[in-house]
Amino acid sequence: MAQSIFTWLDERLGLTEIYDTILDRKVPKVNWWFTLGSASLFLGLLQGITGMMLSVYYVPTPDHAYDSITYIMTGVQFGWLIRGLHHWGASLLILTAFLHLLRVFFYGAYKYPREFTWFTGVFLMIGALGMGFTGYLLPWNQRSYWATTVGSEIAGTVPVVGDFILRVLRGGTDLSAVTLSRFFAMHIWILPAVIIATVCAHLYLVIRLGISNIPDRDS
Amino acid sequence: MSSKYHSPNMDRRSFVKIVTSILGTTMAAIVGLPMIQFFISPALNKATGDDWISLGPLENYPLDIPTPFSFNLTRVNGWERSSQSYGAFVLRQSGTDVIVFSDVCTHLSCRVSWDADQDSFFCPCHAAFFGKYGEVISGPPPRPLDRYETKMEEGQLLIHFQEG
Repeated sequence: MAQSIFTWLDERLGLTEIYDTILDRKVPKVNWWFTLGSASLFLGLLQGITGMMLSVYYVPTPDHAYDSITYIMTGVQFGWLIRGLHHWGASLLILTAFLHLLRVFFYGAYKYPREFTWFTGVFLMIGALGMGFTGYLLPWNQRSYWATTVGSEIAGTVPVVGDFILRVLRGGTDLSAVTLSRFFAMHIWILPAVIIATVCAHLYLVIRLGISNIPDRDS
Repeated sequence: MSSKYHSPNMDRRSFVKIVTSILGTTMAAIVGLPMIQFFISPALNKATGDDWISLGPLENYPLDIPTPFSFNLTRVNGWERSSQSYGAFVLRQSGTDVIVFSDVCTHLSCRVSWDADQDSFFCPCHAAFFGKYGEVISGPPPRPLDRYETKMEEGQLLIHFQEG
């Protein structure tokens, strides 16, 4: 019975083909360093899911941001867990993604024909750092406030357009309610949309081109 | 198909392609360009502040020791009207000779504090030290502490707060 339902669906949806293409693709003999991309993807999904949960209680205004997070930590059951996963997962994702980048670099896996896989990967790394930068402000505590002050001042040191970039980041001259709300928008809408699209491109290329061998003495 | 509707220069397919791209680009521009302006517009209003702030009688400040003074100004950012705190250090040298420093570190805008033990201003963010006269002793700051323009009026010390 189950078999015939599956066959009926498979004939119409091509499930076996999807499975074969994505999960049963041929890979060379590889080592544990090759798991870092999947680890980053998993952590990225975890960030997405825990982030959606946090947005149930979090409020991005100076009056309520800090208190809403205190409420998540002390008033909501398992709030500490969801926020803890999001907090530590963020750092761990940067770590796995960066090690993944180093692996690709040192194995020379960015070479022809995989240049675009590398470009999209570097773009994703920058996107992840952007998520880190915008997410850091959201607790609206002393550390976030000063980290964002310093971070936007660093952007402000760019020659000629620095001051403009600083004011676009802050939404004005000061760090204010406007800054908090635009960082929130970047963090939950704009960057995720860009990152999801880029992850799709990255995975498409990985599946289309396959992954490269570990280079040996002759190569 | 009647040939009277046929152009010798263009077939139906290329005509539709061109019209579609023109319409598509126009629509994207109508929505997209205002969106850029929408996003950056708060950055285009430069905050301007121009006030003389009274720091009280000069005699309140001890000689030769940088002494903190803080004042609040109401600032409007977007929809938010809030009171922002600003800090200054008054260094009274002798009689009416006075320097007032801004407490904003010239490196990346953290706030400095006066460290009496070290006889210097200290910025905790990147471990910068400034001397008593605001000069950079060590750390990354590119220039000495900024100074406020000062004046005396009816025995009161005033500083010129400017922004923008």
